[in-house]
Amino acid sequence: ESLAIMLSFGARSAIRARPASAVAARSLSTLLVGEHADGKLSEATLSAVTACKSFGDVELLLGGSACKAAAEGACSVAGVSKVTFAESAILDHGVAEEWTPFIVNAQKASGATHVVAASSAFSKSVLPRVSALLDVAMLSDVIDVKDDSTFVRPTYAGNAIATVSSSDAVKVVTVRPTSFEKAPTSGGGATASPSADAPVAVGLCTWLSEEVKKSDRPDLASAKVVVSGGRGLKTGENFAMLDSLADKLNAAVGASRAAVDSGMCPNDMQVGQTGKVVAPDLYIAVGISGAIQHLAGMKDSKTIVAINKDPDAPIFQIADYGLVMDLFEACPELDKKLSK
Amino acid sequence: DISEWAPLQRNMLRVAAAHSHRVNRTFTRDMKVMVGVKRVIDYAVKIRVKPDKSGVETANVKMSMNPFDEIAVEEAVRLKEKKVATEIIAVTVGPTASQEQLRTALAMGADRGVHIVTDAETLPIHVAKLMKAVCEKEMPDVVILGKQAIDDDCNQTGQMLAALMEWPQGAFASELTIKDGSLEVTRETDTGMETLAMKTPAVVTADLRLNEPRYATLPNIMKAKKKKIAKFTPDDLGVEIKPHLKVISVEDPPKREGGAKVESVDELLDKLRNVAKVID
Repeated sequence: ESLAIMLSFGARSAIRARPASAVAARSLSTLLVGEHADGKLSEATLSAVTACKSFGDVELLLGGSACKAAAEGACSVAGVSKVTFAESAILDHGVAEEWTPFIVNAQKASGATHVVAASSAFSKSVLPRVSALLDVAMLSDVIDVKDDSTFVRPTYAGNAIATVSSSDAVKVVTVRPTSFEKAPTSGGGATASPSADAPVAVGLCTWLSEEVKKSDRPDLASAKVVVSGGRGLKTGENFAMLDSLADKLNAAVGASRAAVDSGMCPNDMQVGQTGKVVAPDLYIAVGISGAIQHLAGMKDSKTIVAINKDPDAPIFQIADYGLVMDLFEACPELDKKLSK
Repeated sequence: DISEWAPLQRNMLRVAAAHSHRVNRTFTRDMKVMVGVKRVIDYAVKIRVKPDKSGVETANVKMSMNPFDEIAVEEAVRLKEKKVATEIIAVTVGPTASQEQLRTALAMGADRGVHIVTDAETLPIHVAKLMKAVCEKEMPDVVILGKQAIDDDCNQTGQMLAALMEWPQGAFASELTIKDGSLEVTRETDTGMETLAMKTPAVVTADLRLNEPRYATLPNIMKAKKKKIAKFTPDDLGVEIKPHLKVISVEDPPKREGGAKVESVDELLDKLRNVAKVID
């Protein structure tokens, strides 16, 4: 009943009416920096919404010349209280120097206690800048939230799990999308409004071009099934065997660092400590020995299959099903038997 | 209140304007490159969590230069070999023993070292502030750091330093070219690569694909012993190591019950279809 009265007075008067001790406990709110493509919020951002559920109201911040459709769509995401967007070409391509003042200003305007984003190349590049300007420490790649100031994150390539508590007034956090369920895209009732503060070009850095690999397959970071190849495949051409398996399993294709470094496949396919972190239902490691750095990127997969001719390969220690067999025999046989 | 941040934006524009007349400067004589190196547990060591859960065992464990920092040093040395850079300053923050990693950087080709000596547990925000103080003294044209340290896996320091200096950044660089005093950086993204152009001074963080670091040769290791290392404490630089984070516990990750072998492709498919139920 008292809550209803407080709400009817609005947040400001409710705070004034509280005893001094309650005022000291600042109310929590989150500024969630979202990513979008083709008029839709990214799946990783939906996972980040879930991670924010103990940080008060969630204001989603979107930017870029074509972000309005994504902003309107995001209003129905359960857990989002407000959507603020800036339709500005200055924010296209996620240039860190341009995004930083935009996010810092939004944090100052809202007084958000938490600035959050899903871990990605974009957020890893921008949020540390934001954090430095706010003079706070940052928490990267959080895999669990204990309370509004206590976070769990992997260190040493996932071989030590640290629980850390922050005493900073503002918590700047990136969350690992594979560790949180995606928030439902319906049930929310937020409204989208343009940002009051239009970005002003800083101009320190100019985006020139990009080289994006187009694929019809599911996105590696969010695919339900991943087939990955390593040094054992010997040549880039042999990845065609994995492509064929992937097509039958509706899977994404990944790679170990050894395969990427030897030029067998592009960098964005790399799974591991320094590449992408995946946690699909099924991960099939083909010709991958299982170095610590690779395991860091896939060991939270639900079911792991290893195909390797070396029975002592470390990958077999974590694989649910290990097949000791030459991959050049195993893959075609698997392919044939999946066709049936 | 947005108004209190207007000065920040104005300041950024001022810095951008100040940069603009440096753009045409060509680095023919005096391009200084600063590199950051960190002492970490060697990448090949299987780490052990302390029984009291306070951290990871570092006593009697092989320590090395962070692999990404080796790539940063290598890139700086290549810039000098191409006669683009004229001087390389290697900087480290850490206990007395970190001098070893600084000597490695000098043996790879850095000209002199700066050691900020501290036994405190430093976070990226602290290191960025200390590096900022060094940048203000040395005024490098380009700072190259590794994209992340393999111990804390933070991936923050370079971006934080760039922000504090109000400099542009090229994070996760796989290619770096300097043309007429401006920097072109190709960086690794989630979907491929992108190329950015930025004014100097700038901060670049090295990804794995930037280069293949060299091994220091014995003569160069001997020569490195004669190179100068300047020592400072955080106090000397006017930087306070403020507490931000408290480690509650450090634990082993949950163990996986792996290790089961199957005899054939048929048995594998049977398990996946009928036991794990992950394929149709």
